[in-house]
Amino acid sequence: MDISTKKDTVPPPTPPSSDAAGQAAAPGATRIGDRIFLGLSRGSGIFLLALMAAIAVFLSYRAALAISKDEANFFTTFEWNPTANPPVFGIAVLAFGTIVSSVIAMAIAVPVAVGIALFITHYAPRKLGGLIAYVVDLLAAVPSIVYGLWGALVLVPHLGGLYGWLNDYLGWTGVFEWQGGAPRSMLTVGILLAIMILPIITNVSREVFRQVPRMHEEAALALGATRWEVIRMAVLPFGRSGVISASMLGLGRALGETMAVAMVLSSSFEINLSLLDPGGGTFAQNIASKFSEATEIGRDALIASGLVLFVITLLVNGAARLIIARRKEFSGANA
Amino acid sequence: MKLQRKNRLRALSLGAVAVTGALALTACGSDDTGGTSSGSGDSTASAGSKVDCGDAKGQLLADGSSAQKNAIDAWVKQYQTSCKSVVINYKGSGSGAGITAFTQGQVAFAGSDSPLKPEEVTASKEVCDGGQGIDLPMVGGPIAVGYNVPGVENLVLDAKTLALIFDSKITNWNDKAIAALNPDAKLPDLKIQAFHRSDESGTTDNFTKYLIAAAPDNWKYEGGKAWQAKGGQSAQGSSGVAQGVKETKGAISYMELSYAKDGISTVDVKTEAAEPVKATVENATKAISEAQVVGTGKDLSLKLNYTPKAEGAYPITLVTYEIVCDKGNKAETLPATKSFLTYIASEDGQALLSEAGYAPMPEEIITKVRSTISELS
Repeated sequence: MDISTKKDTVPPPTPPSSDAAGQAAAPGATRIGDRIFLGLSRGSGIFLLALMAAIAVFLSYRAALAISKDEANFFTTFEWNPTANPPVFGIAVLAFGTIVSSVIAMAIAVPVAVGIALFITHYAPRKLGGLIAYVVDLLAAVPSIVYGLWGALVLVPHLGGLYGWLNDYLGWTGVFEWQGGAPRSMLTVGILLAIMILPIITNVSREVFRQVPRMHEEAALALGATRWEVIRMAVLPFGRSGVISASMLGLGRALGETMAVAMVLSSSFEINLSLLDPGGGTFAQNIASKFSEATEIGRDALIASGLVLFVITLLVNGAARLIIARRKEFSGANA
Repeated sequence: MKLQRKNRLRALSLGAVAVTGALALTACGSDDTGGTSSGSGDSTASAGSKVDCGDAKGQLLADGSSAQKNAIDAWVKQYQTSCKSVVINYKGSGSGAGITAFTQGQVAFAGSDSPLKPEEVTASKEVCDGGQGIDLPMVGGPIAVGYNVPGVENLVLDAKTLALIFDSKITNWNDKAIAALNPDAKLPDLKIQAFHRSDESGTTDNFTKYLIAAAPDNWKYEGGKAWQAKGGQSAQGSSGVAQGVKETKGAISYMELSYAKDGISTVDVKTEAAEPVKATVENATKAISEAQVVGTGKDLSLKLNYTPKAEGAYPITLVTYEIVCDKGNKAETLPATKSFLTYIASEDGQALLSEAGYAPMPEEIITKVRSTISELS
């Protein structure tokens, strides 16, 4: 007893000392390397905040200049003519087009990307999976103007068949009604954007699916689950928040894509109910095409539209964070 | 060992020869170019033809209209073979950007598809010490209306039908109004797909100016660089609309003549003359010769006649201007600006235009331009 208590009393002196060292290390960083790293990372964080604030201030200031001169309602006008006297411009069409094209892109890209990621991680032989992963990575290295060229010269001339088919079978919905124009519509843009955002979603999803604890999958298999059931019950719930984050990264690219949209879309300041009829526009496309010939007020008007895109992106990211936070318990990070 | 040393020595001496040789050669080279540039300057000045370099030297920055970029490039190439001490850098980033750069004093001259607006003239007074910005018409060109209708050649349209087509009021190629103008053509039952520019453009501005002037009852829009009519298709840049016309059956669009090639036929425009007019460089020059100078003072901005009565005058034309200060140009760039503008307004300079698909300015106008350039200060 005595000995044991003695033995118990011997250790205590060491823990306090290590505790004290731990406490000192956590906030203040005693070592020089820690201190430099702390300074660097804190500096980078503050720099990022300052940078975003500077962008926001610049956009708001120039936007305020333009909107004060705008004779029409900035949010509901279907026109863009800042050189007119008095200037008239509004973002209704651009906001609609940006959101619609991004939603189409997400609707196509997310299932395909998740499918590719699952195939690479759970179905494909290792070598084939590696090859596919590599090729998908390559897609991200293609500049967007090349996608634009490919879209305008290859995709557009070949989409007539698909459009005709959609019109024949789904034309009655109104959404897929086609008047026979060149297929340079929101659907084409959505398809092109889907291809462009595929690599980012695929890559992140693939990494997330790789992280699924082996034990989960083996436990499910041990219970007699088929491979599909393993994916449905273990892999997908574990990876859900990761896939959502990946989709948001992709959505960010789709919202801001400029040149490819400008080259493919037959833009106009109209909203068509049909996704197959030319018309509409996106913020980034409108800025790219109008900027070079714009006058000073025209440029400010474009910056005002850029501010709206900035706000939309902030909202989307905020919403994504909320969703991910709510699903934290499924993330498996604590499993 | 001995051999190696010998080799090393040999290599060293070879290297030394190479280095000194290179030095000597480059020295010679720089001497030579200096000699030829001054020599050619002298000889051309004495010959009194070709390019007069004067005491122009240094870098000349310019920016503006992309419509005249090809013309400027051709001129710069010719000019710099004679005047080697001048480097001309023309960025074709658009008329709006060019005028902004000019009023901010960043460029010696700007290119623009439309003359300066009153507020831009006011802004130019800040950079032109004691003077103001003036427009010098320098390059003309026909805006062709290209179409893609299988089996239809030599399509004839007039201003009214063009306005109705581009305003989506006439929607099919077998419309009566088109048939009336083309009694011999077999017009198909095909939807018209009118393409316009999705970017702001001087070509759009000039094309709609024509519609406003020649079909005022059918084209009620205000005009400007941005396309205003609703409906139709759009594409980015002249090359974009040309691509759209090429790949889409039933398409029609307006573009600079040089883009209307490889399978794009152009519309013959019915004017008040007896015969429909083809879109060619010569016919554009004929129409521009009916233009009136409406600029005040030294400004030579033109008012085009969009309803010419002369035979073979193509009415849909575009004139692009060079914008400079009449007084108060920067001392360091004035000689080069004057020398270059003198060259492009000269007979040689204007003759180069038709090779590049543009229309030279008519004699009467270019004479005024030349005298205005000689008075720049």
